[in-house]
Amino acid sequence: MYPARFDYAAPQSIEEAVELLGRANGEAKVLAGGQSLVPMMKLRFASPEMLIDINNIPGLAYHSADPDGTYRIGALCRHVDLEKDENLASQQPTMAAAAPLIADPIVRTRGTLVGSLCHSDPQGDWASVMSALGGSIVAQGPNGRRSISCIDFVTGPFQNVLEFDELAVEAVVPAPVGTRAGGYLKLERRVGDFATVGVAVSIEFSGTQVTRAGIGLTGVGASTICAGEAATMLVGQDLNADNIDRVAVLAAEISQPRSDHRGSEAYKRHMVATFVTRILSKLLPTTQKVA
Amino acid sequence: MTSLFEVVSTESSVDTPIRRITVTVNGKQHTLDVEPRLLLAHLIRQGLELTGTHTGCDTTSCGACTVLIDGVPVKSCTMLAVQADGHDVTTVEGLASASELDPIQEGFRDEHGLQCGFCTPGMMLTAKALLDENPNPTEDEVRWALSGNLCRCTGYQNIVKSVLLAAEGLRAKDDVEEDEAS
Ligand SMILES: Cc1cc2nc3c(=O)[nH]c(=O)nc-3n(C[C@H](O)[C@H](O)[C@H](O)COP(=O)(O)OP(=O)(O)OC[C@H]3O[C@@H](n4cnc5c(N)ncnc54)[C@H](O)[C@@H]3O)c2cc1C
Ligand code: FES
Ligand code: FES
Repeated sequence: MYPARFDYAAPQSIEEAVELLGRANGEAKVLAGGQSLVPMMKLRFASPEMLIDINNIPGLAYHSADPDGTYRIGALCRHVDLEKDENLASQQPTMAAAAPLIADPIVRTRGTLVGSLCHSDPQGDWASVMSALGGSIVAQGPNGRRSISCIDFVTGPFQNVLEFDELAVEAVVPAPVGTRAGGYLKLERRVGDFATVGVAVSIEFSGTQVTRAGIGLTGVGASTICAGEAATMLVGQDLNADNIDRVAVLAAEISQPRSDHRGSEAYKRHMVATFVTRILSKLLPTTQKVA
Repeated sequence: MTSLFEVVSTESSVDTPIRRITVTVNGKQHTLDVEPRLLLAHLIRQGLELTGTHTGCDTTSCGACTVLIDGVPVKSCTMLAVQADGHDVTTVEGLASASELDPIQEGFRDEHGLQCGFCTPGMMLTAKALLDENPNPTEDEVRWALSGNLCRCTGYQNIVKSVLLAAEGLRAKDDVEEDEAS
């Protein structure tokens, strides 16, 4: 299978990429890891006139924390870079849990976190993780940079608020208030399959008290679901079996799964509740230890 | 220099975008003219006639087309040939020398790690990347690393054994080389 004919440019800087995107007037697409775009082009679901390959732009392959704890993931940080970072679990437990569950090991060597957010697939795992973490995307256009919260970023399946002449340069996770804990659980039929159900939970603690909480759901709605309402119930409280139960039930209610070949609606809802409970219950002893 | 746009289409027109790339495949440098839509898998198979790289699913799922780009496993059906410009590509043909098999190939031979052989080139290259990084993997680590490569024949048991045997072989070879050096 071949993609339809297209022109190709491999700019050396962000500015050059933005300029090329502007000049193409909406007919160009950014090529990052290519692990979603190239398959779509081969199937002719997408046929851009031009590809702007950002892989040769230096300085975009980072993932690191600022001194204040703000965490930045550059547009060329691959899934595998996150998977293999042994320090990630202590800084970003939800991300560290998700990284090895994205696609398969070979896809992970090319695919990027930022590309996954830009692809805006309702089945994409990173969008739920970022929404649980209260993350945002920094886009650079001809008039400079702007920051878009991940929750406002996606407008529908495979659609987002990026302008045609904007390049997403990084994803940003705000510094935690206190210490950060959390996890990601994904039900998949086999390696490389998209989620039947995916649940991202992020909790920040000051002492034993929850200061911030976020939940993102994958694969159980027409786009990523931010179950923030369920999570915020926990703020100001100490985690206990009782409030974990209530959050799990509420998250399951917020989910909008459809019955399909991966499972029935009732089963998927049940799995949302189960995963929320599993992730939060693991945090119980740690918080009790802190006390 | 070879012109490769005819791999995608026999008629080139003035509108056909062409890019000149230089890519090193199994240590040999090639300068080629390619159409941007040429996939790396096709450059390798049709263009360079290295047919050891197989295309199975052609939809980024099976890993049969896996090659190493600067040592990193990549599905060559999902990378553009232009993106290999300036990079080192290793295909299965790059594993053996004229006189000897690579320890990974020996592992697959000795443990019967293949039946039809279709998945084998991809399996061996993924295994090579694993062993280059981790010369002493556990069985779990081998299974994890190979989980993006599908095999329809073996049930995987013997593939895993092959990679573990290859790891042993490579470690033994490294020991000998160290002894000789000292
Ligand atoms: C077999 C297989 C299984 C997979 N399984 C999963 C899975 O389980 N979970 C999951 O989450 N994903 C999965 N994926 C998708 C994978 O994670 C992709 O890597 C990811 O969706 C896209 O990232 P990319 O860097 O490859 O982006 P690309 O394919 O290069 O681009 C995707 C889209 O985003 C745009 N884009 C990319 N980067 C930017 C940027 N910086 N600025 C503006 N626009 C940009 C592109 O123009 C394109 O429209 C799977 C893919 C495959 C092939
Ligand atoms: S042929 Fe490339 S992954 Fe199957
Ligand atoms: S040996 Fe036949 S597919 Fe693996």
